[in-house]
Amino acid sequence: MGYTAMQKILAVHSGKKAVESGEFIMAKVDLAMANDITAPISIKALERAGITKLWNKDRIAIVFSHFVPAKDILSAAQAAVAREFALKYDLSLFFDEGRGGIEHSLLPELGLVVPGDVVIGADSHSCTYGGLGLFSTGVGSTDLAAVMATGECWLKVPETMKFNYRGKPGPWVTGKDLILFTIGKIGVDGALYRNMEFMGPSLKFLSMEARLTMTNMVIEAGGKSGFIEADEVTEAYLKGRAKRPYEVYKSDPDAQYCASYDWDISGMEPQVAQPNLPDKVVGLSAVVGAKVHSAFLGSCTNGRIEDLRIAAELMKGKKVAKGLRFMVIPATQNIYRQALKEGLIDIFMEAEAVVSAATCGPCLGGHMGVLGPDEVCISSSNRNFPGRMGHRDSKVYLANPAVVTASALTGYITHPDDILGKAKAPVAA
Amino acid sequence: MINGTAYKFGDNVDTDQIISAKYLVTTDAVELGKHCMEVADADFPTKAKAGDILVAGRNFGCGSSREHAPLAIKGLGLSLVIAESFARIFFRNCINIGMPILECPEAAKDVSDGDQMEVNLDQGMIKNVTKGKSYKAQAFPGFMQQIIQAGGLMPYVKKRLAQSS
Repeated sequence: MGYTAMQKILAVHSGKKAVESGEFIMAKVDLAMANDITAPISIKALERAGITKLWNKDRIAIVFSHFVPAKDILSAAQAAVAREFALKYDLSLFFDEGRGGIEHSLLPELGLVVPGDVVIGADSHSCTYGGLGLFSTGVGSTDLAAVMATGECWLKVPETMKFNYRGKPGPWVTGKDLILFTIGKIGVDGALYRNMEFMGPSLKFLSMEARLTMTNMVIEAGGKSGFIEADEVTEAYLKGRAKRPYEVYKSDPDAQYCASYDWDISGMEPQVAQPNLPDKVVGLSAVVGAKVHSAFLGSCTNGRIEDLRIAAELMKGKKVAKGLRFMVIPATQNIYRQALKEGLIDIFMEAEAVVSAATCGPCLGGHMGVLGPDEVCISSSNRNFPGRMGHRDSKVYLANPAVVTASALTGYITHPDDILGKAKAPVAA
Repeated sequence: MINGTAYKFGDNVDTDQIISAKYLVTTDAVELGKHCMEVADADFPTKAKAGDILVAGRNFGCGSSREHAPLAIKGLGLSLVIAESFARIFFRNCINIGMPILECPEAAKDVSDGDQMEVNLDQGMIKNVTKGKSYKAQAFPGFMQQIIQAGGLMPYVKKRLAQSS
């Protein structure tokens, strides 16, 4: 009987020949990560336990992302706790505001997570990194404190679900649409406690960024982790970027999967998750014309350079709709600089969008564009539970960057074709 | 033995509803408890009493990894969460910080708001006194019981570190 790539990675990291689904293991961790919100609780847990020696100062990343720059006095004080800790222990992977960005865009961008790794992050979207062919999962702060102290994490080996995508993605369809479609099919707890392995010919058409968008949202299906086998797209992305040597793991042809899906995605239109659940997914045409007050392009899901390029292509020479505000937040400092160089930021500002330094900000209703009562937002982010982006009676549609941008230009949910026309739609190479 | 009133919530209650992100500027459990579940029910933090029991449907605690969510529940003084199923990070967080939880679909489905409950945590026995029905919750795997018996993850880790040095 064969094994999945995930089982092989977890076996190697727990010093075993093989591991079975459901087995409890102590896994050696390659990289641990916490942010400005989750690190302070980890620090408190370490202090309470009287632990003053950390496992490895070069493998514990602290990335400021959520309430940065500080949104109020309390968040400034909280960030100071994490900052003092990082400086006291001389953590080499400390990314203060201005030095990094959103962790799930930053760590892959800097080549700090590589195929075959086990990565544990105190943030639910830590599953993102699995798109690079590794195991990563989100945990709470106390779990992360234990990793900081020991370099190990207890895990139950997850079962794996297989998702095979066939066909060439149509115009305006990207990783976001594939993952929204998938969550719509299996539901917000459809992958509870499980690993989701994405594969198939369609993935060859997806960039590394688009793949990371897919694994980013496995948590919205309840998944523990996501996995995409490293291939030539991954290798090209890692070239000149990977900070450590790595090993590529592949699932055996006779590996055990607890569920198997196979979809032909040719002809699929862009997908949209309606309020108030990420699995209330419909094709774009079903919601075209719905009124929106605000649009948000950014977050760990879709705040990367290719997302900004698509948006700029649509925005060029146009204005944001009257009465609507459009927030554009490049996910990292590097993406922001690249967008500046390419003239994208100028296009957004000319269009009268608001452009901000890297932060999770509005995605979690933190700051930089919180929604008021009954306001509706179309967002490139990942969650639309009640009150997620602000007031409990506000509403959120989730969509890909092109749909978000097209809607920002009209004030209604809009197909990008209606802005640029079918002839201009980007088609996968 | 836990005795308390049940407060019933639906499926897929996410951590934003348990504790809204705007309150994540503190790690103080009591402070967080003042806003526990207020997105789902604005009056909940004032009407729930210490010892009361939160009952929910499927996938309770989905969404973010914020440990502020179980901390808020603990800070409000609730004694237990019973659900049809839990999201995995929330589940881990509860075990790690010693917030009692029980997974029991039958008990969770049958409960109505205001039911009086009697629960024996060690045995996983849930009694709905109002409805006169008893249920047995799913047992924790042996590995997790070790963490629970140690009093949470950090005491467990300290023990392991002491053994290895």
